[in-house]
Amino acid sequence: MLNIKDLHATVDGKEILKGLSLTVNAGEVHAIMGPNGSGKSTLAHVLAGREGYSVTAGSVSFDGKDLLTLEPEARACEGVFLGFQYPVEIPGVSNLTLLKAAINARRKYRGGTEIEAGDFLAWIRDRAKIVKIDPKMLSRGVNEGFSGGEKKRNEILQMLILEPRLMILDETDSGLDIDALKVVSDGINTLRSPERATVLVTHYQRLLDYVQPDFVHVLARGRIVKSGGPELARELEEKGYGWLEAA
Amino acid sequence: MAANLSDVRQLVRNQKYSAGFITDIEAEKVPPGLSEDVIRLISAKKLEPEWLLEFRLKAYRRWLTMTEPKWAHVQFPPIDYQSISYYSQPKSHLDGPKSLDEVDPKLLETYKKLGIPLKEQEMLAGVQNVAVDVVFDSVSVATTFKKKLAEAGVIFCPLSEAVRERPDLVQKYLGSVVPFADNFYAALNTAVFTEGSFVYIPKGVRCPMELSTYFRINERNTGQFERTLIIAEEGAYVSYLEGCTAPQRDENQLHAAVVELVALDDAQIKYSTVQNWYPGDEEGRGGIYNFVTKRGDCRGARSKISWTQVETGSAITWKYPSCILRGDDSVGEFYSVALTNHRQQADTGTKMIHVGKNTKSTIVSKGISAGRGQQSYRGLVRVLEGADNARNYTQCDSLLIGDQCGAHTFPYTEVRNPSARLEHEATTSKIAEDQLYYCRARGISEEEAVSMIVNGFCKEVFKELPMEFAVEAQKLLQVSLEGAVG
Ligand SMILES: Nc1ncnc2c1ncn2[C@@H]1O[C@H](COP(=O)(O)OP(=O)(O)O)[C@@H](O)[C@H]1O
Ligand SMILES: [Mg+2]
Repeated sequence: MLNIKDLHATVDGKEILKGLSLTVNAGEVHAIMGPNGSGKSTLAHVLAGREGYSVTAGSVSFDGKDLLTLEPEARACEGVFLGFQYPVEIPGVSNLTLLKAAINARRKYRGGTEIEAGDFLAWIRDRAKIVKIDPKMLSRGVNEGFSGGEKKRNEILQMLILEPRLMILDETDSGLDIDALKVVSDGINTLRSPERATVLVTHYQRLLDYVQPDFVHVLARGRIVKSGGPELARELEEKGYGWLEAA
Repeated sequence: MAANLSDVRQLVRNQKYSAGFITDIEAEKVPPGLSEDVIRLISAKKLEPEWLLEFRLKAYRRWLTMTEPKWAHVQFPPIDYQSISYYSQPKSHLDGPKSLDEVDPKLLETYKKLGIPLKEQEMLAGVQNVAVDVVFDSVSVATTFKKKLAEAGVIFCPLSEAVRERPDLVQKYLGSVVPFADNFYAALNTAVFTEGSFVYIPKGVRCPMELSTYFRINERNTGQFERTLIIAEEGAYVSYLEGCTAPQRDENQLHAAVVELVALDDAQIKYSTVQNWYPGDEEGRGGIYNFVTKRGDCRGARSKISWTQVETGSAITWKYPSCILRGDDSVGEFYSVALTNHRQQADTGTKMIHVGKNTKSTIVSKGISAGRGQQSYRGLVRVLEGADNARNYTQCDSLLIGDQCGAHTFPYTEVRNPSARLEHEATTSKIAEDQLYYCRARGISEEEAVSMIVNGFCKEVFKELPMEFAVEAQKLLQVSLEGAVG
């Protein structure tokens, strides 16, 4: 599904990703761990197409298509979803407005018609239940005045509503209390299916207790320095990253 | 095509109008230039009474002694007032249409393009319940829904018709809110105004439908100087919509209108404008100079006047819809969205003059600047000595798109009564790169994201607009912002 080959990327002229390769197949869950500043968010933004993140070498294909040539909105419409480490506030634009525009953009991309108002609201209510968000909150500005935990749950809600095929979640579990962590994990597991794939950027084993990964990778100094199964995450929890960084 | 001015004048003096003659002169457009003779000609063509001609001439003579205001934060080359033609009417309407069937199909086609449902049948079939008085250049082309309004006792007609039919009302109120020498452009308008709407709502009547006038400048080198007068008697209510649009021209056109509103005891006037005059091209060539004086007089106790405007067009806007809160407990409101893109300049705001006791005013101004647009909010809140317990709330928000545009705020207050309470809030924000990226990462294009954020920013003003207008205003903003980012 996702094929990253020897990816080099710079931010503000500084090379952050230095030859990263990763293959993610449909149905798999990959966890990416690694020290702060190692380039995890950079990878996520490069995949989502953020401006200012320039790819200097390497390739990324998604379902055989060259992902790097697509505009960010086209990538999203193709089925790539990025759960932001720092969700953005957009005062004045309600969550419902954003969601409706996002749904309709996808439908338009596929040549479909706009969603009916009734169907839209029913779908939102259904999905909001999973992440325990009061639909009333959704009339407020996008992430406006949301607590840290609410913002993260809102990311998962958007994902549940848009039903992407590739879910990239950047530290969605950071700063969550145990109940919220459970809710977020439920959301991720709801979408887990043989047609979809998940990339979890995380620092903590506790998320992986709820969302069992198939593979665990360590990103350090701009590359994947070690890959393994779920046991690698537990090893990292014990030993930290020092032994890998030195290598 | 130039009419022989002295011939025309001669004939007009003799009051000999004949279609035959007029066809001979090919176009019913007065040659460029302004003089007492031109004013006499305009007045004669409209068969105006002597007092109105005198009123025009008085304004003209004062105008000659006046200079253009220079305090606005706008820049433009000097205007040659002698190069403008002050009267023009489409040839085929010299006698005025008796019914819609007599209206030139080309004009109807134009209005169709503008989205104005002109035919009464179409309007009755549609969801809207709007009476439209269309002004094409200087002559009113068609007035619909007259009958229904007449049953309610409402008068809604071209001002020139009102001069003939209800000279008593026109003479009593014309110039009573905006004096003939109020400012340079108002004096010019008073001297040469040719068309506009007249609305009269009798005592205790709630106007049965929204009234709407679409103005359109069509002729080249034609200034448009409409004059609107709205009178709401005791306890009356009216909502009036004004839509403006003009075709693309390379040269600049002057538009200097005057709007006067009078609300007597317990009366309410809601005046909404969606202004989309041609703004000029990306380099600032062409476009309308929109120098307008709009003022409402809350003459009666507990009266209320609301101005709601969405201004997306014009090369230069100079406009301050104001309220004089004369009656005790009267209320003035100003809700504004102004957008400047490319090289547009706007200096707009309002004046709230508190004269009566317990008067209240609200100002919500939303300015959006994109491209190299320059925008200023200029507001005055004045509380006179006798205005006990006056209240004002002013909110003034600016939104910047890109980093070559500018927003400026000039709030003035003059308070001569210590019991006054004034509140002022102002914010400036920018559409941030991360907000656009966030939307795009959800599949929404950059343009749509901008339009979504802008609409969110304008929400408080849009909700003051009648429903159909709010939708139109949103679309207009979207179109006006095309190419504003990226
Ligand atoms: N906009 C930026 N400009 C300059 N440097 C940046 C920018 N964003 C991130 N970086 C740098 O890139 C490196 C990787 O950051 P990031 O991908 O956020 O790491 P992680 O998510 O693994 O903690 C860090 O050194 C960080 O300071
Ligand atoms: Mg990070």
